[in-house]
Amino acid sequence: MKATNSMSMTFSALSENEAFARVAVAAFVAQLNPTMEELTEIKTVVSEAVTNSIIHGYGEKYGDIYLHCKIVGDSIELVVEDHGVGIGDVEMVRQPLYTSRPELERSGMGFTIMESFVDEFDIESVVDRGTMLRLVKRIRTPQSATHHEV
Amino acid sequence: MKVQIETLNRGSMMIATLHGELDHHAADNVRGTLDREIEATRTKCLLLDLRGVTFMDSSGLGVILGRYKKMQALPGEMVITSLSKSVERLFEMSGLHKIMNIYKDRETAIQALKEVAK
Ligand SMILES: Nc1ncnc2c1ncn2[C@@H]1O[C@H](COP(=O)(O)OP(=O)(O)OP(=O)(O)O)[C@@H](O)[C@H]1O
Ligand SMILES: [Mg+2]
Repeated sequence: MKATNSMSMTFSALSENEAFARVAVAAFVAQLNPTMEELTEIKTVVSEAVTNSIIHGYGEKYGDIYLHCKIVGDSIELVVEDHGVGIGDVEMVRQPLYTSRPELERSGMGFTIMESFVDEFDIESVVDRGTMLRLVKRIRTPQSATHHEV
Repeated sequence: MKVQIETLNRGSMMIATLHGELDHHAADNVRGTLDREIEATRTKCLLLDLRGVTFMDSSGLGVILGRYKKMQALPGEMVITSLSKSVERLFEMSGLHKIMNIYKDRETAIQALKEVAK
């Protein structure tokens, strides 16, 4: 059996790192031969998850974000974790348009976007301990793409 | 990477063209620049041209919805144009396409904005 290919990174919860995180994950996923659309979806979910950790998880405080990626068959598994304030009611925050920060012009669409762009999605969170998101997306490589492989 | 904002005043209309990745990091600057321009020019008609937006997430939706509400409150009008396929999808997913007027190309948007501004 082939060894599992994985990648982990830890970075400061600063908005400068949002672009870095999504580009790093996109580069790692490239080996699965995703379409441009799938790549955009992956970048978007990474951006949503990391932004949530920065704004909601840590807020004004400093902290680190832990990102793990794993290739599992034809899927990418992503885990995004912060040690921030945590979420009290996970069911409530998953509702479309729910936001605890309307004054920051948040629209409450982050989780809804994440859910629709991946195949599996769950949130584990403990108040005052932090939040961990697990997302799995299958890369549906088109048949024609395999012909071009070297 | 910073989002570049080009603004152009055409009569009472302001056309703002955005280029770059509209995420949370870019949002503050985009919000600040657009609000400053809206206030300085006292425009009541804003056309937001998203042709150069290569990436956008919910933070971008928030900034755009915020400018829309600001224009409505004046009262004024705001329309958007030139959305990429993925940006358009976010608008549909969030229901914002039902609230805001979105046009395929700039000329149609200008015409529509002129109509409502009458
Ligand atoms: N990492 C996190 N730590 C603590 N709370 C969180 C975290 N992520 C999300 N939340 C809570 O869940 C709510 C919903 O998140 P979601 O991403 O759907 O919307 P939002 O971030 O408020 O707005 P948008 O993503 O549209 O800008 C947030 O308002 C916040 O209260
Ligand atoms: Mg969010």
